Amino acid sequence: MRDLSVFRALLLILTVFMSHQVAASSDTTATRSTALYDDLGGHDGIRQMMETFVLNIAEDERVVHHFVNADIERFHTQISEHICELSGGPCIYKGASMPEVHKGMNISRAEFNAIVENLITAMETHDVAVSTQNRLLAILAAMHNDVIQR
Amino acid sequence: MKIRILIGAVCLSMSPIAAADFGRLLATGGLTTIEGAGGGGIVPWATLSSYAEQGQWGGTLAYNHANVRDYQLDVAAATLNYDNRVEFSYARQRFTLESLGGELEQAIYGVKYRLYGDVVYGKAPQISMGALHKKNTTFALPNAVGAADDSGTDFYLAATKAWLDGPWHRTWLANLTVRATKANEMGLLGFGGDKKDDYSLVAEASVGMFINRHWIVGVEYRQKPNHLNFADEQDWHDVFVGWFPTKRIAVALAYTNLKTIAGAPEQSGVYGSVQVTF
Ligand code: HEM
Ligand code: HEM
Repeated sequence: MRDLSVFRALLLILTVFMSHQVAASSDTTATRSTALYDDLGGHDGIRQMMETFVLNIAEDERVVHHFVNADIERFHTQISEHICELSGGPCIYKGASMPEVHKGMNISRAEFNAIVENLITAMETHDVAVSTQNRLLAILAAMHNDVIQR
Repeated sequence: MKIRILIGAVCLSMSPIAAADFGRLLATGGLTTIEGAGGGGIVPWATLSSYAEQGQWGGTLAYNHANVRDYQLDVAAATLNYDNRVEFSYARQRFTLESLGGELEQAIYGVKYRLYGDVVYGKAPQISMGALHKKNTTFALPNAVGAADDSGTDFYLAATKAWLDGPWHRTWLANLTVRATKANEMGLLGFGGDKKDDYSLVAEASVGMFINRHWIVGVEYRQKPNHLNFADEQDWHDVFVGWFPTKRIAVALAYTNLKTIAGAPEQSGVYGSVQVTF
């Protein structure tokens, strides 16, 4: 019972994380730095990575059924533009909103995770650093509720 | 019992209806604690074991071994998870007193229910509540040192959150658990005692950082109650490394310093755990 100081230290660490998170999310919206876009390899880097991502999806029986009627060329272009914009690049995604795009697909939580895994595999294939992967994943994870079970 | 769970888990993993689809992300099933519930090494987390997502079944089998200078702890455990909503666990602990001679044993039946949230998605943490019912199979020694009962039930509330892009752009995980317990030394020395025969409220915490998707390093802390006159219980801490090569397998190694135990100083030692997921 006398080791409560350790517990306080852990609480302090927790508090530091929380404030870091708040700070991190506010500066991504305020300054729109292009650092992530650059680290992903810019326009070409993102397009190549997204091509690998699309090929990974095509071989993934857990999710490929959602894409049987999709226009894959268009999907590749649109998802690349979207990632370009989200990462701070000089692109403007002109497609519909995420809830609209995924409406009626009834994407499950497990399918969302499968897509995330395909993206991670694509990033690994293109030697994207873990720190860069995490920055992109955090942005996409925030869209979880806009995409699933629509 | 152990064999039956094992056969059950093997059948489950082969049956097409209940096929484990591993619908969650790597490492989100965590490890198996020394009390059988999914979590870290010594702290149960709000995450449910295995990789079962909504509508899926999953399970784990794990073996833990702790070795400090004068004591050894062996734990065999199995868990089942349905729907990423409810987890059942069973653990068998054997505690060997090397210098004093003798053994202490107990069985632990656990249930955990996810109340709210998701560890990865959303701003709020994942919150679960659980119970661990423990029964000593050897009670002579706990009885002799003043324990009131040979069985007891812990109740806990746990909150766990992962930050995909935490400090240094690493993925971090933090957990806080509050537990009501009558157990002495986790229950190995019985429940309640001559000093206090009532529930104590204790706090537990874990913090970990993923170096990459497969390796996590972290620390754990677990406050302990004091129910027996014969000796003061000390809080536990450990520093651990977890390795998730695939969703099937997880391995953990921890270094723990229990300080002085029964007058014998520097009871530091290692703790190892292997988990297979179905
Ligand atoms: C954060 C996660 C996601 C983002 C940012 C995202 C983004 C997009 C974008 C930008 C498009 C192109 C829209 C257009 O053509 O104008 C799209 C289309 C599509 N998405 Fe997603 N998506 C996500 C998750 C998912 C998941 C988990 C699935 C399924 C498992 C999915 C299935 C689809 C399908 C099938 C299309 C093609 C629609 C069509 O052309 O008919 N998406 N998504
Ligand atoms: C995982 C199990 C256990 C852990 C981690 C543990 C840890 C400790 C610690 C840290 C102390 C405090 C020592 C001090 O402050 O000087 C202590 C005291 C003691 N423990 Fe344990 N203990 C465990 C199990 C047991 C068991 C099963 C027995 C019974 C045989 C036992 C017998 C004692 C005794 C006799 C003391 C009092 C020592 C003294 O005050 O001189 N311990 N224990």
